[in-house]
Amino acid sequence: MKKVRLETHNICKNYAGELIIKDINIYLRENELVSLLGVSGIGKSTLFNVIAGVTAPEAGQVFLDGRDITGQAGKVSYMQQKDLLQPHLKVLDNVALPLFIRGMKKSKARTEALKYFEDFGIAGTEDKYPTQLSGGMRQRAALLRTYLFSRDVALFDEPFSALDAITKRAMHRWYLALMERINMAALFITHDIDEAILLSDRIYIMTGPPGVIASELIIEPPRPRGDDFLVSDAFLNYKRQIIKLLSLA
Amino acid sequence: MKKSANISNNIYPALLLATLFVAWYLATATGLVPGFMLPSPLDVLRAFIDSFSELMRHARVTLTEAFTGLGLSIILAFVIALLMDRFEGLYKALHPLLVISQTIPTVAIAPLLVLWLGYDMAPKIALVVLTCFFPMTISLLGGFKGSDLDAINLMRAMGAKKWQIYRYIKLPNALPGFFSGLRISVSYAIVGAVIAEWLGGNSGLGVYMTRVRKSYAFDKMFAVIFLIAFLSLFLMKGVELLEKRAMPWVFTTREEEWQEN
Ligand SMILES: Nc1ncnc2c1ncn2[C@@H]1O[C@H](COP(=O)(O)OP(=O)(O)OP(=O)(O)O)[C@@H](O)[C@H]1O
Ligand SMILES: [Mg+2]
Repeated sequence: MKKVRLETHNICKNYAGELIIKDINIYLRENELVSLLGVSGIGKSTLFNVIAGVTAPEAGQVFLDGRDITGQAGKVSYMQQKDLLQPHLKVLDNVALPLFIRGMKKSKARTEALKYFEDFGIAGTEDKYPTQLSGGMRQRAALLRTYLFSRDVALFDEPFSALDAITKRAMHRWYLALMERINMAALFITHDIDEAILLSDRIYIMTGPPGVIASELIIEPPRPRGDDFLVSDAFLNYKRQIIKLLSLA
Repeated sequence: MKKSANISNNIYPALLLATLFVAWYLATATGLVPGFMLPSPLDVLRAFIDSFSELMRHARVTLTEAFTGLGLSIILAFVIALLMDRFEGLYKALHPLLVISQTIPTVAIAPLLVLWLGYDMAPKIALVVLTCFFPMTISLLGGFKGSDLDAINLMRAMGAKKWQIYRYIKLPNALPGFFSGLRISVSYAIVGAVIAEWLGGNSGLGVYMTRVRKSYAFDKMFAVIFLIAFLSLFLMKGVELLEKRAMPWVFTTREEEWQEN
């Protein structure tokens, strides 16, 4: 069994005196992709903000490789629905931003970032500004920025939800192929049940309020999964199960 | 296509301007308006050429005051906007005061400044600072405060320090506003310096203006007015060029949009 990289212990978080998430215990193993499914407003992003160290929880701890990182930013990488590419920076500098922040020399950071442009499908865009890129390319650039920030553990908050259905499907295929080449443990938030089943090793179902982890589902077929998996009985079974679990709330 | 559109856009104001000059010339040449009230444009041109070296000498003084004042305002605006963005309490305390301070007419404080600071450049520079720093502070502050919170959160998640957030998010976000503030401020700066010079001093375009007015040399008066207008336009154009250099990302996008249309 692969070793656990990221773990949370009984995380609780209030906003304005109201309990938003309660006793969240989740974990993420090496090279694993785990999705978090739940209705809007249940507290998924809130949980991510706690794990990323952007907000402090009222109770509970976050562990990275066994070390307590509660409330510490800069330990795990984080990507949101908006690509948040900075319009004033060229794509190369946008992608290298986490390295600049870490204090790496600019020329060195750029060389380092450029190595991955091919793999991430954005070769040739380095001297453009983000506004000159398509939605899918912007998302891939943001993904590379996330990867350069931390190769180990990444949080993705609905990374593909702003894309149209066809681009999204292409991104899924590309993402699954990419994951075969790079080792990155990823925690995914999505509203898209198909996406969750297609991409994940495991799925956490969140219900509430307050948001709690109601159940955990293991998706057996090994990755990468082809298009035929999308129309298989196994796939539909998972989907039926998830819909039932979500509507139990 | 862009170029031809530019040319036809320039043709209308140029035509209007030419018409106005011709009308002005005719009004004076036919004696419709007596020459001692309104000099003919040719007289003005002659006055401009005759007193060119004198005009330049005075212009240098006025420009020095305007630029010094502008430079100080930029520094002041950056410092104040940064502090107001960093410290919420300071923002709350200072913002209403800044707004109220703008309701005081500059022309009214100019004599006071001359009384306090003497007849040298100091009161002129002070007046320029008073007129210029406010629009720039407000536009910078708006840029800082209007920065995307999600982007700032992402920077924090990456472990960015406060200055890095300013460097990569807040300052670039404030640049467009800063430049529109600066464009207004350069013309304010010249006018501010000239107004302060009216009230006393040994040189500067404002001083020159009061002198030629006292001697009823209206042709020279008009020459100065045109020079001031020309200087303002020139500086505004300069700011525009600077803006293009400083924010290449804005202009690459716009060009593409134009090409698509
Ligand atoms: N900074 C904040 N201040 C106050 N309340 C907040 C804050 N952030 C989130 N909340 C509240 O916490 C609850 C959970 O929000 P959260 O963004 O975590 O939901 P979510 O599951 O990510 O929803 P969605 O799927 O729509 O993104 C919501 O009721 C929201 O209003
Ligand atoms: Mg959310």
